[in-house]
Amino acid sequence: MDSSGDRWLLWVLRGSAVIAGGVTLLVILFLVAASVPAFQHLGVVRFFTDASWHPAEYAAEGTFNLWPMLVGSLLVTAGAVLIAAPLGVGAAVFCQYYAPGAVAATYRRAIELLAGIPSVVFGFWGLIVLVPMINQWHPPGQSLLAAVLILSLMILPTIAMISDASMAQLPDEYRFSAEALGLTRWATVRGVMLPAAAPGVLTGLILATGRAIGETLAVLMVCGNIVQIPTSAFEPVRTLTANIALEMAYAAGDHRASLFVTGLILTFIVVALVFIVEKINRRFSSLIP
Amino acid sequence: MNQKVFALLLAGLMSSCSAPDDRVRLEVTGSSTIAPLMSEMAKRYESRYPGVRIDIQTGGSSRGIADAASGVADIGMSSRALKDSEKGEVVSYRLAMDGVALVVHADNPVKSLSDEQIVGIYTGAIENWKEVGGREAPINCINRAEGRSELELFQGFFGIAPAAFQPDMIAGENQHGLKTVASDENAIIYLSIGASEYEVLNGTPIKLLPMRGVEASAEMVAAGTFPLSRPLILIVSSESSAPVKRFIDYVLSSEVHDLIRQQSYVPVQ
Repeated sequence: MDSSGDRWLLWVLRGSAVIAGGVTLLVILFLVAASVPAFQHLGVVRFFTDASWHPAEYAAEGTFNLWPMLVGSLLVTAGAVLIAAPLGVGAAVFCQYYAPGAVAATYRRAIELLAGIPSVVFGFWGLIVLVPMINQWHPPGQSLLAAVLILSLMILPTIAMISDASMAQLPDEYRFSAEALGLTRWATVRGVMLPAAAPGVLTGLILATGRAIGETLAVLMVCGNIVQIPTSAFEPVRTLTANIALEMAYAAGDHRASLFVTGLILTFIVVALVFIVEKINRRFSSLIP
Repeated sequence: MNQKVFALLLAGLMSSCSAPDDRVRLEVTGSSTIAPLMSEMAKRYESRYPGVRIDIQTGGSSRGIADAASGVADIGMSSRALKDSEKGEVVSYRLAMDGVALVVHADNPVKSLSDEQIVGIYTGAIENWKEVGGREAPINCINRAEGRSELELFQGFFGIAPAAFQPDMIAGENQHGLKTVASDENAIIYLSIGASEYEVLNGTPIKLLPMRGVEASAEMVAAGTFPLSRPLILIVSSESSAPVKRFIDYVLSSEVHDLIRQQSYVPVQ
């Protein structure tokens, strides 16, 4: 390969890296800049201590408590991850160690298909199929439970595919040695393969958490959108993302700025998740050959 | 080659700058209810008359009326009728009507609700359909998202304070609300009449409730007889310029009726 071609490629790559990084930075800068009026007029504390969320164009006329929506986002996400994690990891174990080749291949395609379904389709399906079912059981139907169920379906493929890939990367010697020791298949999976694949599986879980906390449309359609801290799974909640999507189109002044604060909180959560992934990868990198 | 392109570009730039008389800038301010419709109409107008730029800002009906009267803006937008004190040196035009009806599932036996019953349902005082002549079933009361024009009209009409609402769900877009009420026999919501009438024609199982004895239809809204409705008004100063008049004529013509219907409002003839 000639060096001028190399140099050319290097600059193209540097250019695209700067663009990709720059766009992220610009988005965060924009979010901060758009939130500033809200912090100036409301301060930080009011977003967590106000009596309710009844925003208005001028800070003095409304109340701006975002806390119930932060709790809502965390509850919906935690619930979805709790349901999707065992199912996703189980699907990956099944594909890698139990299913015959043809079955595993078909199963993987099915999971990939699930990953490809647009979120609005999940939301629509949830609204006209799942919600009426929950409504029969315990009205009003649009609830924390509906949001958790829809969301767990949506993040299941992420967990399954990343777990599957990280198990596929493990060296064959692990399994051969375990079998040579006379371990059963389940003992091999539980005692050797799962611990060795743990960092990859954990990374998958956290990426799925990031997707869950950022999901907007599907959740908005089934969660009921009442701003409250729910006392049961059948009560409606509103997530941070749903709050932005519901109100941004009509918001002005401090109301609008406080919706950008909502976005800023979401960004912080996602940044924290990325940081945790980084930590996990660094801690376990020495263990992976 | 490159020089030629550059010269062409330059010529293009100069020709677009050289005729300031064709370039018009219209300032529009006021009601955020009308703003989305106005921006659609402005887009269409700008593509037809490329020299015209229309700037739209929101800030509430009162500001729209005041700005048009003082000349700060060329056109004011208001989603309420003018007060007598505001009628001085301005001319107002009725652009469209906004009407909102209470909507229930088609299988709900309730045929109408009084104003007190509606307020009771939305403030949590009435929680079962039996109390208003329906089945023994809990009422799933759906409110609309903060800032939507339906909520503004509804709470203003019934005088319900924002914090007094006790809904079971909150819907954003019309379709979200329509799908919810069509799949829940015990739900009640208020929806733009334009949008819900269209759904009824398409066989969606919903029912628009009459109000104070007036049938909920686009016809009644256009005639101004449906109680829960309001005019969407444009205001200009009495000595407005020719470009402003031309734009007003355009948005009052039938050429924008499709845009008005798209925003679920009812055009006026």
